[in-house]
Amino acid sequence: MEITVETRTSASRISGVVFLVLIATAVVLPAFAERGLIQDLFFIFTMLVLAQWWNLLAGYGGLVSVGQQAFVGLGAYAMFGAVILWGLDPIPSILIAGLAALLLAIPTAFFAFRLQGAYFAIGTWVIAEVVRLSVAQWKQVGGGTGTSLPRSATREMWFVESITTLFDVKSSAARDILAYWLALVLVVLTIGAIYWLLRTRRGLALAAVRDNPEAARAVGVDAGAMKWVVYLVSALGTGLAGGLIYVQKARISPDAAFSVLDWTAYVIFIVVIGGIGTIEGPIVGVLIFFILQAFLADFGSWYLLALGLIGIAVMLFAPRGLWGLFTDKTGIELFPVRRRLVVHSARDEVKKWLK
Amino acid sequence: MIWVDTVIQGVLLGGLYALFAAGLSLVFGIMRLVNLAHGDLIVLGAYLILILVSLLGLNPFVAAAIASSLMFALGWVLQRAVLNRTLGDDILPPLLVTFGLSIALQNALLEGFSADSQRIDAGALQTASLSLGPITVGVMPLLTFASAVLVIVALNQVFYRTALGRAFRATSDDPVTASLMGIKPANIFATATGIAMIVVTIAALYLGMRANFDPSIGPARLIYAFEAVIIGGLGSLWGTLLGGVIIGVAQTVGAAINPEWQILAGHIAFLIVLIIRPRGLLPRAVD
Amino acid sequence: MALLQAHNLTAFYGDFQALFDIDLSLEAGETVAIIGANGAGKTTLMRSLSGVLSNAPEAIVFDGHPIGALPADAVMAQGLAMVPEGRRLFPSLSVEENLLIGTYGRKVDGQWSLDSIYDLFPILKERRHNPGTALSGGQQQMVAIGRALMSNPRVLLCDEISLGLAPVVIRDIYAALPKIKAAGASVIVVEQDIGQAMKVADRVYCIMEGRVTLTGRPHALSKDAIHAAYFGEALA
Repeated sequence: MEITVETRTSASRISGVVFLVLIATAVVLPAFAERGLIQDLFFIFTMLVLAQWWNLLAGYGGLVSVGQQAFVGLGAYAMFGAVILWGLDPIPSILIAGLAALLLAIPTAFFAFRLQGAYFAIGTWVIAEVVRLSVAQWKQVGGGTGTSLPRSATREMWFVESITTLFDVKSSAARDILAYWLALVLVVLTIGAIYWLLRTRRGLALAAVRDNPEAARAVGVDAGAMKWVVYLVSALGTGLAGGLIYVQKARISPDAAFSVLDWTAYVIFIVVIGGIGTIEGPIVGVLIFFILQAFLADFGSWYLLALGLIGIAVMLFAPRGLWGLFTDKTGIELFPVRRRLVVHSARDEVKKWLK
Repeated sequence: MIWVDTVIQGVLLGGLYALFAAGLSLVFGIMRLVNLAHGDLIVLGAYLILILVSLLGLNPFVAAAIASSLMFALGWVLQRAVLNRTLGDDILPPLLVTFGLSIALQNALLEGFSADSQRIDAGALQTASLSLGPITVGVMPLLTFASAVLVIVALNQVFYRTALGRAFRATSDDPVTASLMGIKPANIFATATGIAMIVVTIAALYLGMRANFDPSIGPARLIYAFEAVIIGGLGSLWGTLLGGVIIGVAQTVGAAINPEWQILAGHIAFLIVLIIRPRGLLPRAVD
Repeated sequence: MALLQAHNLTAFYGDFQALFDIDLSLEAGETVAIIGANGAGKTTLMRSLSGVLSNAPEAIVFDGHPIGALPADAVMAQGLAMVPEGRRLFPSLSVEENLLIGTYGRKVDGQWSLDSIYDLFPILKERRHNPGTALSGGQQQMVAIGRALMSNPRVLLCDEISLGLAPVVIRDIYAALPKIKAAGASVIVVEQDIGQAMKVADRVYCIMEGRVTLTGRPHALSKDAIHAAYFGEALA
């Protein structure tokens, strides 16, 4: 009899290959795809990045934040500040966006971690409001009304000229392709980083803390430190996404950049409907969200009313989302992070012993 | 003198925030549930009163009395049919369900009433004022504050002096043992939310008579309410009033310095209290 | 016909079966003791009788009415009051409020009221404004019994009322039993202390691993038989 501990499944081995093919296809896609598709995929990738980070926070870390718009908005404004005030190129300024969000996360965590559970949620929202109202006082980047990236900065953005010649497109289309590639890099890095984090010892500890904080403490898992790690990396990733989104939008205002609807409510909807606490869930969720958006967004408030009600229904009747339903039916996991005991012989004997 | 005036305006404004917060505080105290749609329910209450006033020509106070019974029923059903299913050790379901409710409610109101801002007509009361020595105080803010005090006294009476209040506290302590006493926890929770909705209607009345409102302003009311609850200390209704007053004073003082700082000053006051006294100013002894 | 009758009563915690086809009866005016080792299923049985755990309607019949499927609050309203294991006083309520809440689901005229509870346990009157949890273990047990009596129950279910208490305190508490019976309640006590159970009970049920292994009148049962029923092995 032989027992090994594995986290991989055969589905995950196949999916690894499939993902590599998908990524390669995505990289060369701008050579034959329409500009509209590139823009749609940019939207899907950036929303997926936000959803993955929120899922790490809430689904794995138990930190239900309703204030992630603070990091999107501050990241975006830091990028604008670096371009307008320091004259930097927008592309490296995206890194400054991530850094600014990370720095903001330190005092934010200091405040918000004093609040438990549901109060943590509203506390993060208050802080996002404070940041929004403060940024609205920042006159050099447009104050309450907002501003646009200088034309010179967008025209001369890194790589744009090479893309223009490579694909023989206009500079505005080249900017979309560049943003798309960066979003692709960000989404692959995000999923890779979260997958890696969850498979480390610390990541497994995280799941232990979520499932049973008392027991986790008893075996020496430092829940406090893990909360900090998760909160800070999520802020960093969310800030990077914020910077990138606004490089593409090229126009900013406090109300848009700190929108609780766009950067938190939609993100929560994506994670909940797809399946909270799994890496696959947000991927499923973002696709469904995109389809709903494409068909129903014209209905305005009816659409949002429906989103709210769908979210409630999923939470009540399928709390593990669509991916959860799928996994329950098929047992398939593409990103397995749970350790499983694999028994190569005398299966029943061990099962008995485990009881 | 202008500062004294500013502070008094702030204290009275705090009464409104305490009204926003009292229902939130009550529900949290009994079932550890934070309703993220609380602010939107206040706005819903305001529209309900508005309809009764404009369609039936009722006095706003009479309209609020009628609206409060409808809101009680709504709260009861909402809790019984939806929110009770979300209660448990996991904090995700109640938060996400009430967040979805908030989005749905805002957009339903938007569809029903458009984004135009509205106001409940209170006639002469709207502009009436009292002279107290050198200071002039609006009757409406005074009435708001008095109502807040009255609501808190009434809630405390119910909570500490009645069989229902005992059932609230017992169920909050231990729902299984409470059921052995013949208490139905599901109904107790529904009744608590119903009562919170009566308070919400009173808050909605003053919200709608004092200033313009539209479907989008709910979340900000939730945030003020939440800040008042945390500043006061969880589970203390008088603490909630104190929290409301602190937010109110911070806002009027902030606005007196620079009108753009009104809201920001309130939030900053909240953060300062959170640093100095994380458990609030008047925390309940037993937690 | 018995006042309270359980027939083929089963109970599960998930996949784990805690009770197997329990048959049990309580006649009006009787005191029945349920004994058994830790984990035998005594508390599960009490939770089933009181409605905390749900059953088939006919599995429990009270005064001719099937109550097996009723929730705890409805069972209590019928007149079965429970003194739960570990006393379970409400920490937010004073001693007097803990007693008063006993009448929440059932208000019937009878011998028991605040005054008569205070006569039964005078110490509680002195401490009536204290929080229930500020009392000693024995006093807390008195509150828990008083709380159950406030509804003037027809059946009083007492789960491990002597657990963790000093012998002298246990004696004081059991001294109240005759008065409780005189007021018209039939009683089921769950006891780990066999001697105590034998002293108070008209009949005894012994439970082991979720099954009734022995039943009878205390003086008719031999030590050997009890030991075998309790531990599943003969006395050495």
